Amino acid sequence: MLKYIIKRILMLIPVLIGVSIIVFLIMRVFSPDPAPIVLGQHATQEAQEAWRQAIGLNDPIYLQYWHYLKGALTGDLGTSYYTKIPVVKEIMARFPATIELAVVAIILASLFGILIGVVSAVKKNSIFDNAGMLLALIGVSMPIFWLGILLIILFSGTLHWLPSNGRIDPLLQPAHVTGFYLIDSLIAGDSGDFVDALRHLVLPAAALAMYSMAIITRMTRSSMLDTLGQDFIRTARAKGIAEGRVIFRHALRNGLIPIVTVIGLQLGSLLGGAVLTETVFSWPGIGAYTVTCILKSDFPVVQGVVLLVAAIFVLMNLIVDVIYAFLDPRIKYAKKEV
Amino acid sequence: MLLEVKNLSTEFKLKRGVVKAVDDISFSIDKGEILAIVGESGSGKSVASLSIMGLLQKPGRISGGEILFKSQDLTKLSRKQLQKIRGNQISMIFQEPMTSLNPVWRIKDQIMESIRTHMQVSQKEALARTIEMLDTVGIPSAAQRANDYPHQMSGGMRQRVMTAMALACEPELLIADEPTTALDVTIQAQILELLYRMREKFRMAVLLITHDLGVVSEAADRVIVMYCGKIMEEADVRTLFTRPLHPYTVGLLQSIPQIDEDSDKRLYMIKGMVPNPLNMPPGCPFSDRCDHSMARCTKEMPQLREISGHKVRCFLYDEAKEGELGAK
Ligand SMILES: Nc1ncnc2c1ncn2[C@@H]1O[C@H](COP(=O)(O)OP(=O)(O)OP(=O)(O)O)[C@@H](O)[C@H]1O
Ligand code: SF4
Ligand SMILES: [Mg+2]
Repeated sequence: MLKYIIKRILMLIPVLIGVSIIVFLIMRVFSPDPAPIVLGQHATQEAQEAWRQAIGLNDPIYLQYWHYLKGALTGDLGTSYYTKIPVVKEIMARFPATIELAVVAIILASLFGILIGVVSAVKKNSIFDNAGMLLALIGVSMPIFWLGILLIILFSGTLHWLPSNGRIDPLLQPAHVTGFYLIDSLIAGDSGDFVDALRHLVLPAAALAMYSMAIITRMTRSSMLDTLGQDFIRTARAKGIAEGRVIFRHALRNGLIPIVTVIGLQLGSLLGGAVLTETVFSWPGIGAYTVTCILKSDFPVVQGVVLLVAAIFVLMNLIVDVIYAFLDPRIKYAKKEV
Repeated sequence: MLLEVKNLSTEFKLKRGVVKAVDDISFSIDKGEILAIVGESGSGKSVASLSIMGLLQKPGRISGGEILFKSQDLTKLSRKQLQKIRGNQISMIFQEPMTSLNPVWRIKDQIMESIRTHMQVSQKEALARTIEMLDTVGIPSAAQRANDYPHQMSGGMRQRVMTAMALACEPELLIADEPTTALDVTIQAQILELLYRMREKFRMAVLLITHDLGVVSEAADRVIVMYCGKIMEEADVRTLFTRPLHPYTVGLLQSIPQIDEDSDKRLYMIKGMVPNPLNMPPGCPFSDRCDHSMARCTKEMPQLREISGHKVRCFLYDEAKEGELGAK
C-alpha cells in the first residue's frame, strides 16, 4: 500500500511537467501581450520592448520554459508582473480562504447530500423522494451566482441576519497563523472572531454547497437503490437487526465507493477556486483572483495556480483511491498495478 | 404445532396485472420436523418462505391467511416484534451463498451482529460463540477463518458460514431456501448432511425448499409439492416416493436422474412449460402439460382433498375413498 502511494506521488512529476508545458504555451499563444497592460496604455513601444526584454518574454519559448522549470524545482514560481510579489506568496495569501470555504461547503454538501440521498432511496417514489430529487434538480441547474445573489438579498438584505461579503469584519482580523480564520480565531481563543468568521462563511458556503449537494444526493440515491436490492441486505434483515442498522451499516457502507468518488471530485474542483461564488460574495480566495490574473495576462501567477490545481486533482484522486481500499477489502493495490 | 400456515396468499401487483405467487396454501410443521417444499422454478417456494419471514419486498404483499408461529400470528406483528423473532426463533438460509454475505465485513462481525442482536452477551462471549458455531458447521481452523472476508471463501464455505449465522441463536425453525442449488454436487451433499446434523443437534424444525426431489428423499420427513403457487400434493416422504398420486409429482419423480439407469436412456422431462403467472390457464394449472387431462380439467379448479394424511389436488382422485388411493 505504502509502495503504491509513493508510486502514485512520483507520478505527479510527469503530470505537473505536462500541465506546466501546456499552460505555458497557451498563455503565450492565446493571451494578449502583457506589456501594455502592465505598463499602461500610454507606455511607449520602446518602454514595452525594454520590459519584455527584461522579463525574458523575448527569449525563445523553450528557453523561457527552461528558466521557469529551473526556478520551479527550487520552489520559485516567478513573481507577479504587477505586484512584484513572488507567486508562491500571492497564492498562499489567498489559498486558505478558498480551502476554508471549500471544506465547509463540502462538509455541508456531504452531510445533506448523503442524508437526503439515503432517505430518498429508502422511501423511493414517496413525496420525500420526489421533493429530494426536485431539490437536486434545482441544485444542478441553478446558476451559482444567481443562487448567491438570492441568498444575499434574502438573508443579508431583507432579513439582515448574515453578512454578505468578505471573510470577517475588517476590524476583527485574527492573528495570522494558519490563514484559516476559523482555526486562527480558535487558537487566539477569541470566540467573537470565530462567530464572526463563521457568520461570513454561511452564505457563500451554502451557495457553493448547493451544486455539490445535488450531485452527491443523486449519487447516494442511485448507489443506495443498488445496494438495497442486494442479497446481503435480505440476509441482514433476516437476522432481525434494526432497519436503521440495515440501511446505514450494511447498505450505505457498501454503497460508499461511488459516493466517496464524487465527493472527492467535487472537493477537488471546489479547491480549484469557486470563481463565481468568490466574486459574488467578495471572498478573497484564489478563484476570483486567478480570473483577474488571466485577464491581465499575469503569466507567472496563472501558471502557478494551474499547477496547484493540477496537483490537487492528482492528490484528491490518490486519496480517493486509498479510501477505496479501506472501504472495500476486495480492493488490493498489488505491486503489479498502478 | 410449531408453525401453522393457514390459507396464505401472497400477490405481486404489477402494471400488467396481479401475480398470485402463493395461492391459498396451508401446511404445518411440528417441532423437530423436516418439511420439504418442492416445485419447479416459479412455483412460489421462495415467496412463501419470505412471506413467513416477513421479508417480502414491494410490490409483494400478503393478501390473506395466517402464519401462526407458536400460536402467534406473524402477519399481525409489527416490524419491531418481527425483528425479535427473525434470526432468533426463525432463521433463514438463502439460495445464493456467493452474494448473501456482506462483502465488506469480516464473517465474524456478521455472525456476532446476529448474536448480539438477540442475546445479552459481551463482545468476547459473542466472539467465542461465533468461533464455536463456525467450528460446529465444519469450518477448519475456525478461529482464523473467522477473520476472513466472504470473498476469501468458496461457495460451500460461505454456505456453512450462512448456516452458522442462521443457527447462532439456536432457532426453533430454520428455513433453508434451496441451500445447495448453487453448489457443486459433492458440496451439496456435505451441506445437506450438515443441515441434518444440525437438526439433530439443536432439535429444530426445518423447512427445506428445493426443486430437487433427490434432495428430498434423503433429508425430509414430509413433502409438499407446489405448482403455480398452489399445493398439488402433500404426503410423508416414503408415501410420496412409493405411491405418488398427482401426475405432476409422478413427472417430477421420473425426471430424477438414476445412477444405475442405462446411460443412453433419455432422462424424462415433463412436457411443456410452467404457465405465465399473468396468464394462467383456467381450471387445473397443470392441465396443459398433463397426460391425463380431461375435459373438466380445463374448466374447473380441482380441490385439495385429504385421504388418510395424503393430500392431492387432482380430478383423478375426486371420487376416491379411503383405501382406494393408488397411482393411476
Ligand atoms: N419481485 C417480484 N415481482 C413480481 N413477481 C414476482 C416477484 N418475486 C416473485 N415473483 C413471482 O412469484 C412467482 C414465484 O416466484 P418464487 O421466487 O417464489 O419461485 P421459486 O419457486 O422460489 O422459484 P426458484 O426455484 O426459481 O427459486 C414467480 O412466478 C414470479 O413471477
Ligand atoms: S386435474 Fe386433470 S389436468 Fe390437473 S393434474 Fe389432474 S388430471 Fe391432470
Ligand atoms: Mg426461489
